[in-house]
Amino acid sequence: MSQNVLEVEGLNLAYKTVRGDLLAVKDVSFSLKPGESLGIVGESGCGKSSTAYALMKMLPPNTSMFTGKIMIDGENIMDLDESELRRRIRWKKIAMVFQGAMNSLNPVIKVGFQVAEPLIVHENVPKNEALEKAKELFKLVGLPQDFINRYPHELSGGMKQRVVIAMSLVLNPKILILDEPTSALDVMIQAQIMNMLKDLRKTLNISIIFITHDIALASDLCDKIAVMYGGQIMELGSSEQVLLDPKHPYSAKLIGSIPTLRSDKKLEFIPGAPPDLVNPPPGCRFNPRCPHRFDPCDKEEPPLYILDGGRQVKCFLYKMKGLGE
Amino acid sequence: MEDNVILRLEDVRTYFFLPKGLFKTIVVKAVDGVSLDMKRGESLAIVGESGSGKTTLGRTAIRLIEPTGGRIIFDGKDITHLKDENEMKMFRRNAQIIFQDPFMSLNPYMTIREILEEPLIIHGYKDAEERKEIIEKSLIDVKLQPPEEFLLKYPHMLSGGQRQRVGIARAMVLNPKFIVADEPVSMIDASSRAEILYLFKSLQEKYNLTFMYITHDIATAKYFSDNLAVMYLGKVVEYGPSREVILNPKHPYTSALITAVPDPDPKNRFIYRKVISGEIPSAVNPPPGCRFHTRCPYKFDPCDKSEPTLIQVNPNHKVACHLYNKK
Repeated sequence: MSQNVLEVEGLNLAYKTVRGDLLAVKDVSFSLKPGESLGIVGESGCGKSSTAYALMKMLPPNTSMFTGKIMIDGENIMDLDESELRRRIRWKKIAMVFQGAMNSLNPVIKVGFQVAEPLIVHENVPKNEALEKAKELFKLVGLPQDFINRYPHELSGGMKQRVVIAMSLVLNPKILILDEPTSALDVMIQAQIMNMLKDLRKTLNISIIFITHDIALASDLCDKIAVMYGGQIMELGSSEQVLLDPKHPYSAKLIGSIPTLRSDKKLEFIPGAPPDLVNPPPGCRFNPRCPHRFDPCDKEEPPLYILDGGRQVKCFLYKMKGLGE
Repeated sequence: MEDNVILRLEDVRTYFFLPKGLFKTIVVKAVDGVSLDMKRGESLAIVGESGSGKTTLGRTAIRLIEPTGGRIIFDGKDITHLKDENEMKMFRRNAQIIFQDPFMSLNPYMTIREILEEPLIIHGYKDAEERKEIIEKSLIDVKLQPPEEFLLKYPHMLSGGQRQRVGIARAMVLNPKFIVADEPVSMIDASSRAEILYLFKSLQEKYNLTFMYITHDIATAKYFSDNLAVMYLGKVVEYGPSREVILNPKHPYTSALITAVPDPDPKNRFIYRKVISGEIPSAVNPPPGCRFHTRCPYKFDPCDKSEPTLIQVNPNHKVACHLYNKK
């Protein structure tokens, strides 16, 4: 078995709000092998983007708690200070494409230079060489190489998205986090970008964390899927396990609510609203909406049970069947 | 006109004229010659990418925008250039819209009661008791129960799904015959989307409503619409019963659109989607001939010269593509 490139253990993240502390990420653990891709799927407010920002250690000023272990290449980055992180880790080992980043390109600078800039400024690479690297990256993300001389307004949405993906790759990271990279794009462009990401995985053998609200889209890229709800991972397993045989009532209902084009089913939905993370419901955070709720659910929080095939499910239904925590 | 047709669009064109410099004008042909019939109680999905003109078509159909050309006949009456205030009011009562964004489309300073009461006041319901009754009934209709619990709340106190229900209730208070729903669920979480769409279905059956469902999501159209029209650059390129169009698409653009949408299937990651390249061209200078020919994998001789018209391929299934002209 190959060494994990990323191991996250017991990650907690809370924000200070006027109503009290909001526990956005609670006890999140997962690992990632080289070349592997993990989809973090969940609805708005489930903590998927917060998890991503935590991995980059780019947290807003109102962060009130941030604990756990983030091991990148065997090194716990929680112990590193900001300058060390900048010098060795961020963008070099782990990079991120932010949601809506394509709208944040500088409108008065040619996109090729924007991609090459970190090399010129931080790595003292001569400008020509850096632009060559930008050309290479453009090829990788499926853009014509002469586009390095274009300005953002000369590019369409899909092209700009390719530019920001190229940008994130400029320092050869081992892990790439993509936060809703296609949510602002039309389905046709989305499919083009997804094909490109599949190529990217093959050529670079890069590990990907793909954050999306669209579980069908996650299935287009990811080997493993983590389903988040209320700041916690409710289920984690291979794409086959989670999509074909979801064990957690939330993941089952979520998948049941996705309309499919190629097969027929009765669409389901989950009544109620997501939990308030300042005052989460006691016990399992999904229990007020859960169709299988029983005795312990509103009293204590279920642990992550490990089932056959290494999949993890945070639900008391599996207390008997599972191997325990 | 047959009695059961509630809305007929005849060659409707909606152009936007944008000034360029001092003397020039750019013409954006957002909707460029759309003809459609909608029967009473029917739901029709208008599917297309951004820039296809689907929203403009919906807004034109209820005269939020006055069309540049063509005719709109609603309930047997030509409303294309209706000016008379009273007649317009009557039309507005019967044709309503639900907007995409449940956060932006509700006034944050008004309570739910005020939001729902406003249309009633405008339309001359003088009796406050009667207004309250109608408001409560419409809240029950959209399953915001019990109504008293919501009447005095402000929009920010509700979840996204609840807010969108208020938007639906607001469209329903005047007891309309026809509703345009413009991407009503695209901002709502996946797990609640079907709930709202089921609600539409039940309201439609209960009140024999006619729905124009504007969406970019062809998969929801399959589940919730009787018929489906696919738009590309201001034109309808394919029209037919939703399931038939999705299971047996005729237009190359429709096929491409369907191929691009993944179902949740772990096998997806091992395949590449056969997508067409490029993006939707600008509606300022649409390509000559068939507007899709610049991206079409089946392009042949006539495509860049003559514009295909909608022709019948199956009962009720029409397509605008030269591939079907000979057959």
